[in-house]
Amino acid sequence: MKAERAGTKRDGRWLGLYVLAYLVFLYLPVLLIPLFSFNDSIQAAFPLQGFTLQWYETLYGNPALSGALVNSLVIGAIAASGATLCGITVSYMDLYGRSPLAATISAIARLPILIPGVIVGISLLILINLIGLGPSRVAIVLGHILVALPTTVVVMRSRFAAIPRSVREAALDLGASDWTTFRRVMLPLSLPAVLSAFMLAFLISFDEFIVVFFLAGTEPTLPLYIWSQLRFPRSLPTVMALGTVILAVSFIIAGTAEFLRHRGLGAARRNPA
Amino acid sequence: MSTLVAAEVPESRSSSGFRFAMLLPGALVTFLLILFALGLVLFLAFRGNDGSLLGVGLTVENFVTVATDPLYWTVTLRSLVIAGLVTLATVVTAYPVAYYLAFHAGRRRGLLLFLVTLPFWTSYLLRVFAWKIVLAYNGVLNSALIESGIWSEPTLAFLNTPAAVVVTLAHAYAPFAILPIYVALDTIPKSLLEAASDLGARPFTAFRRVVLPNSMPGVLAAALVVFVPTVGDYVTPAMVGGPASTMIGTLIQSQFGKANDWPFGAALSVCVMLVILVVVLVARGADRRFGSRT
Repeated sequence: MKAERAGTKRDGRWLGLYVLAYLVFLYLPVLLIPLFSFNDSIQAAFPLQGFTLQWYETLYGNPALSGALVNSLVIGAIAASGATLCGITVSYMDLYGRSPLAATISAIARLPILIPGVIVGISLLILINLIGLGPSRVAIVLGHILVALPTTVVVMRSRFAAIPRSVREAALDLGASDWTTFRRVMLPLSLPAVLSAFMLAFLISFDEFIVVFFLAGTEPTLPLYIWSQLRFPRSLPTVMALGTVILAVSFIIAGTAEFLRHRGLGAARRNPA
Repeated sequence: MSTLVAAEVPESRSSSGFRFAMLLPGALVTFLLILFALGLVLFLAFRGNDGSLLGVGLTVENFVTVATDPLYWTVTLRSLVIAGLVTLATVVTAYPVAYYLAFHAGRRRGLLLFLVTLPFWTSYLLRVFAWKIVLAYNGVLNSALIESGIWSEPTLAFLNTPAAVVVTLAHAYAPFAILPIYVALDTIPKSLLEAASDLGARPFTAFRRVVLPNSMPGVLAAALVVFVPTVGDYVTPAMVGGPASTMIGTLIQSQFGKANDWPFGAALSVCVMLVILVVVLVARGADRRFGSRT
């Protein structure tokens, strides 16, 4: 027994080292971008040539860049609102709607996970041309609602499912209408998850490239701007400075979303009423 | 049972206006943007190309071309091999991490879960671009090898190869694989492991005969969520793959771009979806086989 326990402990230590190496593999390539964004050379190669902030200075006063940034922020906010609204309603009706239609909608809403981005992109490209919209910011919003939908549905569904059924039943028994129960009881209880779903959907939209490539008209989003700059070796350091800013902001938003999601779940378990 | 009956009563008051309002957004998005849009792709795949939006006539010519032109077989096969290798690599490397998270992480579990999922939410384009920096002719790997004296000349052998595509995709999709496996491992009852060791199974036997089969649903789910996006990827082959790693996603993208043959691109998309359907069904079948064993 003792030997066995020592054995599993040793296994755990080896596995721990492996996990550490895995995390290094996961983060090292990504961390090269901030590293070289401060490097005083146009080439991303070792040895480093000295510290500089000049690439960050080139980010200022660049109308194409700021236009793309504003586009991405606006599209991200609208698409995240849409995806969160759909995520809330779809998962709520899936759990409490008791209709085959609601269950079907919920199943289809999670389907985009099984469709490669390129096919989502071209199917929407055909659709928006058919209804006369054409490649535009509205088209991008529709595409990003679709891409973020599985995430918002999963986040909201697990949150609603964690609320004890008795809470909703009590509200209904006390005479609250469906609408009041939803708005005054269920929605406030899942507010952290709503915020988390919104933030994750925003991040998905903000970083999305594969679908937006097909749907963008004359106003590019930030990833499209980056893609257009990658062709020019001279602009690579600027791209890396921009990438560093995006990485930092993404990390902060993702961290906050994760924190909110867990705090919400923890609070629900500790204090079910 | 009694709660079910009690819930029945308020449910009957359910207002149709509320139901309509709650079902509307989801119905619009799923039926119009998903089902109708995919239906359009299927429809277009059976049309001829005359430069108009929805093509002309009714034809299977697009599929005949896909089936008879060896180019499409080569590219499809290459996409399957690359996506298969990426899936294998991500699942095999992710499994020990998920295992550690489920059985050894202890108090560090929350932090580790956060750390492995964090890259998931950061720009895919930047993650691919990072590998371009690593693998380029004057990139990090070459300069590191020369600095350390292992190599005397920088080599072109890293970038623009199918191997570069595999490594880059495996890195980009690594976080996708860990979570499903972790969830599967975490839900194995600890009593099963104790029973195995009480019955005299050595740790490795217990792992092979108890833990591994029980975690297969998670492994299959992980394989699916890695395989699907990689098989249709066109960004990574374009950035680090070079001409020798053209994938099926690249071909679809060019049909809707430079080549401008939408019906043919739609036919290619239908073929990719069929391939994915087959993979999903195989995974389902395997899942059921393992599911019945538990």
